Amino acid sequence: MNSIGLILGLPLAGFLINGIFGKNLPKSIVGWLGTFTVLASFVIALGVFNDLRHSAIPSEGFHLKLFTFLNIESFNVDFSFTLDRLSIMMTLIITGIGSLIHLYSIAYMHEDEGFYKFFAYLNLFIFNMLMLVLGANFLMLFFGWEGVGLCSYLLIGFWYKNAEYGKAARKAFIMNRIGDLGLLMGLFLIFHQYQSLDYNVVLPKMSNGSTSQSMLTAISMCLFVGAMGKSAQIPLYTWLPDAMAGPTPVSALIHAATMVTAGVYLVVRCEALFYLSPITNNVIMWVGLATSIMAALIGLKQNDIKKVLAYSTVSQLGLMFVALGCGAYTAAMFHLATHAFFKALLFLGSGSVIHAMHHEQDIRQMGGLKSKMPITYITFLIGTLAITGFPFLSGFFSKDEILIAAFEHNKLVYVLAVISATITGLYMFRMFFVTFHGKYRNHHHSFDKVHESPWQMSLPLMLLAVLSVLGGLLNLPSYLGNNVSMKLSHWLAPILPMAESHAEMSHNTEFMLIGLVVLLFVLVVLYTRNKYVSKNAVPEEDALTPSTGKVLANKFYIDELYEMVFVKPLEMLSSLVDNFIDSKLIGGLISGISKILVFISDLNKKIQNGNIEYYLTFMVLALALFLGFNLFF
Amino acid sequence: MLNIFQNIEISHYIYLSCVLFCIGLFGVLFRRNAIILLMCIELMLNAVNLLFAAFSEYMGDKDANGQMFVFFIMVVAAAEAAVGLAILVMVYRNTRKTDVSFLDSLKD
Repeated sequence: MNSIGLILGLPLAGFLINGIFGKNLPKSIVGWLGTFTVLASFVIALGVFNDLRHSAIPSEGFHLKLFTFLNIESFNVDFSFTLDRLSIMMTLIITGIGSLIHLYSIAYMHEDEGFYKFFAYLNLFIFNMLMLVLGANFLMLFFGWEGVGLCSYLLIGFWYKNAEYGKAARKAFIMNRIGDLGLLMGLFLIFHQYQSLDYNVVLPKMSNGSTSQSMLTAISMCLFVGAMGKSAQIPLYTWLPDAMAGPTPVSALIHAATMVTAGVYLVVRCEALFYLSPITNNVIMWVGLATSIMAALIGLKQNDIKKVLAYSTVSQLGLMFVALGCGAYTAAMFHLATHAFFKALLFLGSGSVIHAMHHEQDIRQMGGLKSKMPITYITFLIGTLAITGFPFLSGFFSKDEILIAAFEHNKLVYVLAVISATITGLYMFRMFFVTFHGKYRNHHHSFDKVHESPWQMSLPLMLLAVLSVLGGLLNLPSYLGNNVSMKLSHWLAPILPMAESHAEMSHNTEFMLIGLVVLLFVLVVLYTRNKYVSKNAVPEEDALTPSTGKVLANKFYIDELYEMVFVKPLEMLSSLVDNFIDSKLIGGLISGISKILVFISDLNKKIQNGNIEYYLTFMVLALALFLGFNLFF
Repeated sequence: MLNIFQNIEISHYIYLSCVLFCIGLFGVLFRRNAIILLMCIELMLNAVNLLFAAFSEYMGDKDANGQMFVFFIMVVAAAEAAVGLAILVMVYRNTRKTDVSFLDSLKD
């Protein structure tokens, strides 16, 4: 399959050209080159998608083996790729949204002096992300996994002159490293158990019942730790809000649409494994739920437009993991796709606002922007409606599918997930109304200077808005008729052999549940509209918030807790090692040896004083000794 | 003339040579003046020369190698004195001294 090579190779070529020659190329060439390589990948992927639709064996994909990567005794890993129904879905999302965000970046980053670097990194990221989803074995996935981590680090710290941004980049990198360790342990266990890392070899062996339950649980827990790190779940989620230090297109592409969903992809890819480990499934579900609610609560009190979206991303990822924990793999993938649409839209919209406000990110400094930025306003509204579950937009269908799966699985989980979804509405509409409605509140930039963004930025917004509206068509619920519904479920069914189709719940129950969610949605809109538009309330200063709000505004003090529990003891330990073991013990040993040598040398130095008479005297004495020795003994 | 030398016991030659050599040796070891040093080296060489000649005579007609060696040593001694004095002149020009105890730059 040459097209796999092209899909992967084009972004890599873009990265190499922009990375090596970009400094001397004009910005227009750099930007369009970066965009077109990804767009071309997308077009090719569409062609492959068409081929796959007509392929005879639906569970089989296309394979491409480049070379044998490792061959040590029984350990054999190929540098190979596979393009099946699951990975084509991810590929289309990555390259499709990726090319829109590239286009957007041409205008957004136009002033930046590191323009070519930015596009080189973005292309490298696309390449690595594609490697992650297209790899035919766990090692290839691991390469991509590490590669996207690296790109994420590079792009979060893109404005490296700001020390805070550099810290955020390192935080993301280190927290991801913790997760990666889990993933790596998982890979070791898999290899130890099955002597292979190929999906085609390992996954069937997992499901044939020959592996002990404890082993399956151990492997799946290790892989889930990896997913926790990448997909920002409790306890490894604090890096994602900080990652908003990067340029906004990066937040949209990496920290909302693609990279952070790698954990979901991993779990779906290893469906056979996770399906057989109920303990892990429970852990995933509860961790996802806790993450979802906690992040949503924190999002309620954030005043930085990107921080709100970041916590919203964490919260939505949590919902996806709830779906995974309930065994609703299709629902998770469905929400992954729609979330990629509307969250990319929201981030790009916030980028448009930030661009117009001259890098002001505080929503208290905004207000009334709807008259000045009509395209951004309308698209942002669509994104907000989609994420909060306005009927018949994409988020409505995907979130409902998750909620229904939760309802079937466990009523308590359902209630908590509904609460989380409701809070989503609260913080999203709060942000939306405060930003776009009411009075303009910024005194540094005059309202007249606020302007709509250029077409390179508004075109992706409009396209993503269309996707956010129509995204639900991917997997309409079954009550809308058999011909149009459940497309994604049918598409993914061959890839997910273990997940049985759920017993159909009666449509009446389903309508009731949907009615409840819609009712909550309406209440939320009315409440926030009343508070932030009619009463024109501006979020309080952090210092003035009441005590419960303060806990939320300070993110449950989790960062402080980690600082105290992990960072401070580590720093103390390392300063102990530095001051005592390193400088005193090892340093003392080394300098002690040299001091002894110097002492001995000083003694010897006195003999060699450079005076010929001494030398001669010693020579004669020695000769006399030898002579005498010969004569008398 | 020859008889006179032949009549002297070989042991006397050895004693004389030893005395001369030791005078030279101690001169080299304990005098500071470079010129005296060179003279003492000559003295040691000549002590050896004397011994060579004496042994050669003692051996009679059978072996004249000793006397051959004396000539070689004289040549070497002359060359050595020439080089040594040249070095000495340079040292004197540079330091205005002929005292070897100050020449300790070897230790560096």
